[in-house]
Amino acid sequence: MQPNSDNLQYIVGNDQIVEQMLKVAPLPVFSEQSISFLNEISKLLMKETNKFSDVTTFAFWCRKSALLQQKNKYNDLSLRFGKGIAFHSTPSNVPVNFAFSLAAGLLAGNANIVRLPLKNFIQVDIICGVINKLLKSSYKNMRPYVCMLKYSSSKEISDRFSSICDSRIIWGGDKTIEGLRQSPLKIKADEIIFADRYSIAVIETDKYLQAKDKTKIAFDFYNDTYFSDQNACTSPRIIFWIGKEKERAKKEFWEQMHRQIKEKYIMQPVQAVLKLSAYYRAASEFDVKLIKNNNTSVMRVGVKKIAGNIMDFKYHSGFFFEYDINSLKEILPMCLERCQTIVYYGIDKSKFAEFLNKYRPRGVDRIVPLGKSLDFSLIWDGYDLISSLSRKITIC
Amino acid sequence: MIKFNTVLEKHPFCMLKQEKTLFLNETLKQLTLFHYKNCDKYKKILDSLDFNPNAIDNYYNIPFLPVSLFKELDLLSVNRNDVFKIMTSSGTTGQAVSKIYLDKTTAVNQQKILVKIVSDFIGSSRIPMLIIDSPSVIKDRANFSARGAGILGFSIFGTDITYALDDNMKINISAIENFLEKHKTKQILLFGFTFMIWQHFYKELKKLNNKIDFSRSMLIHGGGWKKLINESVSRKEFKKALKDICGLTKVYDYYGMVEQTGCVYMECEYEHLHSSIFSDVITRRYNDFSSCNIGEKGIVQVVSILPQSYPGHSLLTEDEGIILGEDDCPCGRKGKYFQILGRLGNAEIRGCSDTYAAKFR
Repeated sequence: MQPNSDNLQYIVGNDQIVEQMLKVAPLPVFSEQSISFLNEISKLLMKETNKFSDVTTFAFWCRKSALLQQKNKYNDLSLRFGKGIAFHSTPSNVPVNFAFSLAAGLLAGNANIVRLPLKNFIQVDIICGVINKLLKSSYKNMRPYVCMLKYSSSKEISDRFSSICDSRIIWGGDKTIEGLRQSPLKIKADEIIFADRYSIAVIETDKYLQAKDKTKIAFDFYNDTYFSDQNACTSPRIIFWIGKEKERAKKEFWEQMHRQIKEKYIMQPVQAVLKLSAYYRAASEFDVKLIKNNNTSVMRVGVKKIAGNIMDFKYHSGFFFEYDINSLKEILPMCLERCQTIVYYGIDKSKFAEFLNKYRPRGVDRIVPLGKSLDFSLIWDGYDLISSLSRKITIC
Repeated sequence: MIKFNTVLEKHPFCMLKQEKTLFLNETLKQLTLFHYKNCDKYKKILDSLDFNPNAIDNYYNIPFLPVSLFKELDLLSVNRNDVFKIMTSSGTTGQAVSKIYLDKTTAVNQQKILVKIVSDFIGSSRIPMLIIDSPSVIKDRANFSARGAGILGFSIFGTDITYALDDNMKINISAIENFLEKHKTKQILLFGFTFMIWQHFYKELKKLNNKIDFSRSMLIHGGGWKKLINESVSRKEFKKALKDICGLTKVYDYYGMVEQTGCVYMECEYEHLHSSIFSDVITRRYNDFSSCNIGEKGIVQVVSILPQSYPGHSLLTEDEGIILGEDDCPCGRKGKYFQILGRLGNAEIRGCSDTYAAKFR
């Protein structure tokens, strides 16, 4: 069945390329060919612009040396090839996520059909422009491995790509996943889904107070939260404060944050109103206290008793639950299935390993230092993307 | 609670700032205490703010609930058995709607106050009334939409109430002509919602090219300009268009919301919206919610002495407005007068969950 072409717009590739994808041989994982292609993309992007920190981050991530480092983390890559076609549905509100998804698909050895955000992001134009340039010149050999396209929700089009792909990767939220699941996959195809998640932060107050680089810490936490309107899955929604000097640390921390926010964050008036509404909604249900700060850009909600369902009341745009703890095990009620990332400051990594081994919570897929929550990794949300998107052949 | 009968004897625009402030301080404090005692969720909210309702000395300090909260929570301060009707905001399909729970007392007070306020603009004798809407809007009398509530509320000013549109929102020219024929020499009241008037009345009249004479009529309209702004129709153009098509010159806009029905803000001949003694308007700065100065743009907060069955006496709207002055409008009415600039714009939220579609309506 041919999709309605009015709604389908190819940015990279075309219908013929999709046809070729059905026949082209998958690549080995971390193939020379894809690493070199990604490295060229990286070089061109670095030349093209330094205006977009997210583009720069991607360019930096897919340098050859960085990719080889990733490759070295795997022991046995022999006779491991891409599954075939990977169909990626990428998030509508994060401009550069699609590029990481594509890179993972290529490194795992697949031909990739990437559904781009419908909204026009300059970052998307820049990256796709660079890819087109390379596919037309020195990387003609990569043509059957990359198609990027846009369409507004159409079951017909999703049906078509779902029916031919060997892996489907859906970057959330839940609604998008539910929608795409209406389109059947081949029996042998499988699916990687990134559902709605939430993240949490743990800050050791005494270590924080000793820190010399408090401005840098605030800058990092800003990137973890406000940079994506505190609405990425990776954005902490609750801060656990652990340590002796809690009140002094909080005061200092938020003063530093206010400086960052004032300098960088543009809040729409309606966000202030909706945050207040979200707070009252939480207050009508839980024992919470508003921590006053005379500024609507931060809403601090002191939690008196931690309960798992408090995340049903989470909000974005600078809306933080805060909870004092004396030992790490007190974060356990928040480490439910939907918990993705723990962002930490001033705590020894081994403490977390201990915690995980002891309690084995259903949730928590990554634990990263403060400032690193948005850093993409080939292991994401508990999936090893390279292994999941490839297959291993055994010869005995 | 408030002794409404004594309040009702007063002229709705009689109080100067000082007197009105004292009146609202006392009345709204009593209301806050009442809701604090009778609505658990409201109590939890105030407690979470460490707010002591006994210590209220200025109604500006009473917490304001965002109107969207009524979409997410069932807030009521009376027993559910005493709920006499539930009013809902007009949301489009699939969106959450506000639910406002009314007991008999609140509903009756709403009607009384509406009469007091509007009479001051159009006189107190009832006159033939043409409603520019479809009669189907008010069919379900236990569940009112904002439109239905507006129509029923304002119907009290009319006799021989006639609908200008049929059940399918098509203009009913013969009904209009018969109505005009019947009331040839009398003054007529027209009432409707701004966008409906534009879409289903003005545009249709223009198409039909019928000579219909409404020069002896006055029009009260409300419901906001959002959709007309989308069509790039300004207030001036709206008024001129109506004058040109049917000779209508007396056109009064009003500002009001289903969450505070009754306390409408009518537009005077100087195009100022007026707050009566039964309510007040405060504009607030979005960055810290402090109150704005006169002439400064801000988010509109409305307070009203009417809501007894639900804690809606102090609300933060999602509208933007400017207080133009207080006690000194050339029309002679006391109290604040203001202008509404429109709805706060939606925010485009980043992030990977598709909250944009779900949360911003």
